Amino acid sequence: MRNLLRWETALVFLLIVVALTGQVSTDGSFLSGGNLFYLGLDIGEIALIALPLTLVIVAGEIDLSVASVLGLSSALIGWLWNAGWSLELILPTVIVVGAICGAFNGFLVTKLGLPSLAVTIGTLALYRGLALVVLGDTAVADFPASYTAFGTTPVPGTNIPYPIVLAAILAVLFGVALHASSFGRSVYAIGANEEGARFSGIRVKRVKLILFVLAGAVAAIAGIVYTFRFSSARADNGLGLELAVVAAVLLGGVSIFGGKGSLFGVLAGVLLLGGLRNLLILQDTSTEVLTIVTGLLLLVSVLAPSITRRVGTLRKATP
Amino acid sequence: MKNTRLVLALVVSGAVALTACGGTTKDSSSQQSGGTTNAAKADPNAPMKEGLKITFLPKQVNNPYFTVAQKGAEQAGTAIKAEVKATGPSDAAASSQVTYINTAAQQKQNALVISANDANAVAPALKSARGQGLKVVTFDSDAAPDARDVFINQATSNEIAAGQVKLISEAVGGSGEIAILSATPNATNQNAWIEVMKTELAKPEYSGLKLVETAYGNDDDQTSFQKTQGLLQAHPNLKGIISPTTVGVAAAARYLSSSEYKGKVQLTGLGTPNQMRKFVQDGTVKSFALWDPTKLGYLATYTAAALASGQITGAEGEKYKAGELGEYTIGAKGEVVLGPPQVFTKDNIDKFDF
Repeated sequence: MRNLLRWETALVFLLIVVALTGQVSTDGSFLSGGNLFYLGLDIGEIALIALPLTLVIVAGEIDLSVASVLGLSSALIGWLWNAGWSLELILPTVIVVGAICGAFNGFLVTKLGLPSLAVTIGTLALYRGLALVVLGDTAVADFPASYTAFGTTPVPGTNIPYPIVLAAILAVLFGVALHASSFGRSVYAIGANEEGARFSGIRVKRVKLILFVLAGAVAAIAGIVYTFRFSSARADNGLGLELAVVAAVLLGGVSIFGGKGSLFGVLAGVLLLGGLRNLLILQDTSTEVLTIVTGLLLLVSVLAPSITRRVGTLRKATP
Repeated sequence: MKNTRLVLALVVSGAVALTACGGTTKDSSSQQSGGTTNAAKADPNAPMKEGLKITFLPKQVNNPYFTVAQKGAEQAGTAIKAEVKATGPSDAAASSQVTYINTAAQQKQNALVISANDANAVAPALKSARGQGLKVVTFDSDAAPDARDVFINQATSNEIAAGQVKLISEAVGGSGEIAILSATPNATNQNAWIEVMKTELAKPEYSGLKLVETAYGNDDDQTSFQKTQGLLQAHPNLKGIISPTTVGVAAAARYLSSSEYKGKVQLTGLGTPNQMRKFVQDGTVKSFALWDPTKLGYLATYTAAALASGQITGAEGEKYKAGELGEYTIGAKGEVVLGPPQVFTKDNIDKFDF
């Protein structure tokens, strides 16, 4: 645990470094309210999906279908809207559909005992395919301004985007669930030693199923945010976003092997990736460099925590 | 496990509560905000401001077509002493331009020249950028009309289609059977052009031409290749083919150049010089057309500068000068048409590189 805390300290330190160099190199526009608003908008969906995905990865599983659930949710919103449904009915419906998608993942993983990596690579294609069936390659865009405003304007009187408010509320809920409840303790126990967890009476399959359902439901919520933010319901919305989310979670210090990690670290990881990207674009860095930096950061995200951990074990070993 | 249920219930109900606030359906909200009104008045005699900061945002970077358009934008920038900055995403996904639009607003640029990946996905960000004082010009691919000031249209359907009929008529010597090799059966622009071509063919000067078939190559190289083969077999007297799609015309040219029909069956269409160069040089194709992306980028950038200098506001009927391209007039819905497509022949094709 102490090693993990050390990685999170490093993340916060990195964040401060990025913020300060950004502030200096852009003459103060990096930390201006307007830019922070855009930054918040850009990381909204990633922050949302990262929350349940953290729990999934801590439990030793993975869900790569989240971005496809986002796309399916977006396509469904467009399709139901065209069919004349009211948004108040559409939104709960797509969240339920997202939860069902998650439940299907969870069912294949827990009941049939299939590896989640293989299952969710399959459903990644399946859900995206369904999205294309639902909406084809058309876009639905005539949503009322009262809804799309949630994705384009800040909370009155502040520079805080609504998606970030939503993410913050969910972050508290997920934080409590992971770090301050028996449910969270069983998630860690499963990730650290599944056999042990089972023998100590934790209902492993049930916990995992719940985690997949949560991931699906939150991915659908992210689909709603995405759709209104761009006021455009499309089947290809959020294509490839799962990689950004997994990157942020891993950068946040969550072990891909399960059992280790904290939600705080993940939020710092999301901020660091988003902030760095925003800063590079603001400084007119070319796309090639942007891609390389993101790739390197990904490598660091996997390497660094394991290095700090090793250094930690070495220290413990040598008196 | 009680906690589990509680948390689950909280998460879901929280999300649902956030969404519930009155019945909003498609019908109840059909009235979207109408076009923006330009309070400012245009001053045609206002001098072109120097040192304007203009962001050039293509659909994606490293796309040859837009790289050429960018050259035009930079030429315009040099001509009016503006600072033109090209930036953009590496993928052409619907939403990937939004970050760059927001950044342009954040950098307090004077104008944004953009080819929209998705007319609606970029609209909220463009509106917000306009609210912060940026002038927005779209080119090649328009955004929602209320999200931009002016759209630079590469060419009208009439100009494109009429031009194609004229080229094939010249190539086949005014008479004979012709066929069309299109993209997909439901492509909006293709169908509009085919309609205009039929109207053109009904005119007396084209009475010698007879349209025998319209084939669809689905904008797929292999399919277009086979459809060309099919057309030639089905119509032994075929004299010419029009293929108003870059994929189709290249595939048809490849087939013709390696077959006995080379030089006997004429081909024209919409293609890029780099694709078509060797077929023009080996005599398979006499001429083909496409708008010049350099001019498109030039005109879009010049228009953005004219907007930022207050020479125009984007209202219908306003006139302005676009450097070496001459005078342009803003048409209905804030559209400016670049002009008739560029015709490429053996004589001029080497001047173009895209």
